[in-house]
Amino acid sequence: MAAVTPVPAQSRLLMSGNEAVSRAVWESGVRVAAGYPGTPATEMLEVISTYPDIYAEWSVNEKVSLEVAFGAAMAGSRAFCAMKHVGMNVASDALMTMTLTGVAGGLVIAVADDVGLSSSQNEQDSRYWGRFAHVPVLEPSDSQEAYDFTLAAFELSERFQVPVILRLTTRICHVKGVVVVGQRSERPVAGFTKDVARWVMVPGAAGLRLPLMFERENRLRAEAEISRLNVVETGSDRRVGFVTSGPAYMHVRESFPDAPVLKLGFSCPLPFDLVRRFASECDQLVVVEEVEPLIEIEIKAQGIAVSGKDILPRSGELSPNVLKPAIARLLGEPLPDVVTVAPMKVFPRPPTMCVACPHLGVYYTLAQLRNVTISGDIGCYTLGFGQPWNALDACISMGASMGMALGLDKGRADSEKDRKIVAVIGDSTFLHMGMQGLLDIVYNRGNVTVLLLDNRAVGMTGGQNNPGTGRGIHGEEAPRIDFSRLVKALGVREERVHVVDPYELPTLFKTLRQESKIDEPSVIITNQPCVLVEDYRARKPFKVAEELCTGCGNCVDIGCPAIHVTRREKVIKPSGKEVELNFVRIESAACTGCGLCLQPCAPDAIVPVEMLAMPIHVVKKS
Amino acid sequence: MSEITNILVVGTGGQGVMTATEILAEAAIAFGHDVKKTEVAGMAQRGGVVSSHLRFGPRVLSPQITPGTADVLLGFEAAEGMRWRHMLRPDGLALMNTGRLVPPVVDLGLYDYPDDPVAEVRAAGTRVFSFDASSIANELGDIRLGNTVMLGAIADHLPFSAEVLEQCILKRFASKKPELIELNRRAFAAGRAAAAQAAQAA
Repeated sequence: MAAVTPVPAQSRLLMSGNEAVSRAVWESGVRVAAGYPGTPATEMLEVISTYPDIYAEWSVNEKVSLEVAFGAAMAGSRAFCAMKHVGMNVASDALMTMTLTGVAGGLVIAVADDVGLSSSQNEQDSRYWGRFAHVPVLEPSDSQEAYDFTLAAFELSERFQVPVILRLTTRICHVKGVVVVGQRSERPVAGFTKDVARWVMVPGAAGLRLPLMFERENRLRAEAEISRLNVVETGSDRRVGFVTSGPAYMHVRESFPDAPVLKLGFSCPLPFDLVRRFASECDQLVVVEEVEPLIEIEIKAQGIAVSGKDILPRSGELSPNVLKPAIARLLGEPLPDVVTVAPMKVFPRPPTMCVACPHLGVYYTLAQLRNVTISGDIGCYTLGFGQPWNALDACISMGASMGMALGLDKGRADSEKDRKIVAVIGDSTFLHMGMQGLLDIVYNRGNVTVLLLDNRAVGMTGGQNNPGTGRGIHGEEAPRIDFSRLVKALGVREERVHVVDPYELPTLFKTLRQESKIDEPSVIITNQPCVLVEDYRARKPFKVAEELCTGCGNCVDIGCPAIHVTRREKVIKPSGKEVELNFVRIESAACTGCGLCLQPCAPDAIVPVEMLAMPIHVVKKS
Repeated sequence: MSEITNILVVGTGGQGVMTATEILAEAAIAFGHDVKKTEVAGMAQRGGVVSSHLRFGPRVLSPQITPGTADVLLGFEAAEGMRWRHMLRPDGLALMNTGRLVPPVVDLGLYDYPDDPVAEVRAAGTRVFSFDASSIANELGDIRLGNTVMLGAIADHLPFSAEVLEQCILKRFASKKPELIELNRRAFAAGRAAAAQAAQAA
């Protein structure tokens, strides 16, 4: 991520939506920015951290990040907070009350919805939070607007003393387009003003602020009516007028160049009069929005007839080849000539764990365990559900592996008295929302074995720092949590806490089997770093001595992407049983010598690259 | 080609697909075009499928290329070129690396890798120029030169000059070692030559 600070004002830059928002955050004079990594929002904090004059932090979770940003805004500073859609669920507790207090300095919350589920456990529409919390929602449709709307969001936030939600989607965050940028303007900070009636939300005080919130919402709606972010584009073909927001606007404009369009950049509170005037100029209205029919339902509630999700898909991304046939059908026209070539059949290429990933040892071991239910969590290690391990049975939300495991234990069937319950969670996810779950397991005497995979990174989003890495957002030294002491402090007994090297398969298996048999909470912490972070030290690569390989295929079960099957052979064993032999090679250029595959290799056919064809036992590491 | 040029660059996570598309985008901007570039890259860092869409012209609206409208398909991996063939317009051009990256699901015996992806794409009626970009890069001494080879291959199939694209690539290495500039210059030339040779053969 290159720092873009030296770029002078008026430069035309190729920027992603995330980069454009970050630039505007810097230019807006923001002093505090916080976030937790999550696709597609991650790059905002990463880029902001490269700008001078802004305090930026990775917070432990989204709720804390919003509270930090809110605190800064109480102090009168402009503040910014970025998260993915599911992060907003976590942060919402804070949001639902800060809407009552309002803010002093401008506060903008960028929420990135993963429309189309490129890397998320669900698809949800964060615009609901605007309605729920009675705060404004701005919806840019490309990088330039992501930049422009962020500047506008801070103005709006300060004018109305309200947190503003900047609703992004994957197709804004990760699309690069041309952006013309400006310069940072510093803003004086007024400082914190003591005012218990405003900042201390006890029932009496909160009750007094409710009417103020609704009155503010009315003023915001009036503002939306005249906002330059809401644009009517007149068109010559008035059979259908489109009401649209966010990236859906681009698909509408491309598909129907002659149609009138009401583009809602400031979509909540919805400007009813503007919609009504627009409706009167068109034969009929179609609302085109991703994901939920929010604008549609609100327009309908005003007694204005519209089509929307009745003719468009209920989930996923929209595109011209979705819109054109839908509108043709609505108008009773012949379907447009859409080229429909069927995709050619090719194998799937699901995401895999990396070569030498320390999780490979964990899942190879978990796959050996019998009579077990494995409660999983959010991170690279979620991939353990897949081939060849099939060793993860549930995954819903950040930190849920803990509570789910306790529930699996307490709710077990009579027929499953001896079933082992294992929970698998990563370091950052544990600190995000898993700690409380473990405390619950301890407090309520759950019978759960927790595998805490400490790979010293938020791996899935690109290896960001967290309190477990000992480094801050800029890579600077930071206090490092000691997981072993932490889980003991939560009440896990000393002798039930083990720190294990995940590349040492026999130790890992022995510890896991022993702990999963014991009827109390235990925690096994693995201690090898993610292969993508600077802490990782590659070792000398291995290769397969072809003449020694017996085709047992044990190494294939590790699941390392550097191991390739070169030849399959069916043989009949003396017992009469037919088995398939898998002869392998190691892609030595990719191998970093973790040594996992050596351990199950029956004939010791895996040898260091420089020691040609000389079998050795290399298991011990320094 | 219509007012808007649609280029689809495909491969797998880690091959440099997104960087290559970004360089193409920079070249298009240098020519004064409006540009949009977007990826469909679900967890691409983990060896998954990456497809990067580049659209440029006087004004670009939707960032995604509609299936059946790509002008050029630049395939960094043989089977990936095949996977995205339906994105090409009927008279579009596929530039395909014959180099293969076999995923674990194939090694586990769950799926088969196609015998000859280039032949299958060609048999489906698509114009294909194919070449072994991976070997060319390896011969130059570094597989990471593969994306410069691929950019060389597309250089003569763009509505702007190859030289500007080459400058955009070399600019990236200006602050690094001078030998990298020379290596990339050679990789770019080798890619151009490979595509030209494949064009004659096709």
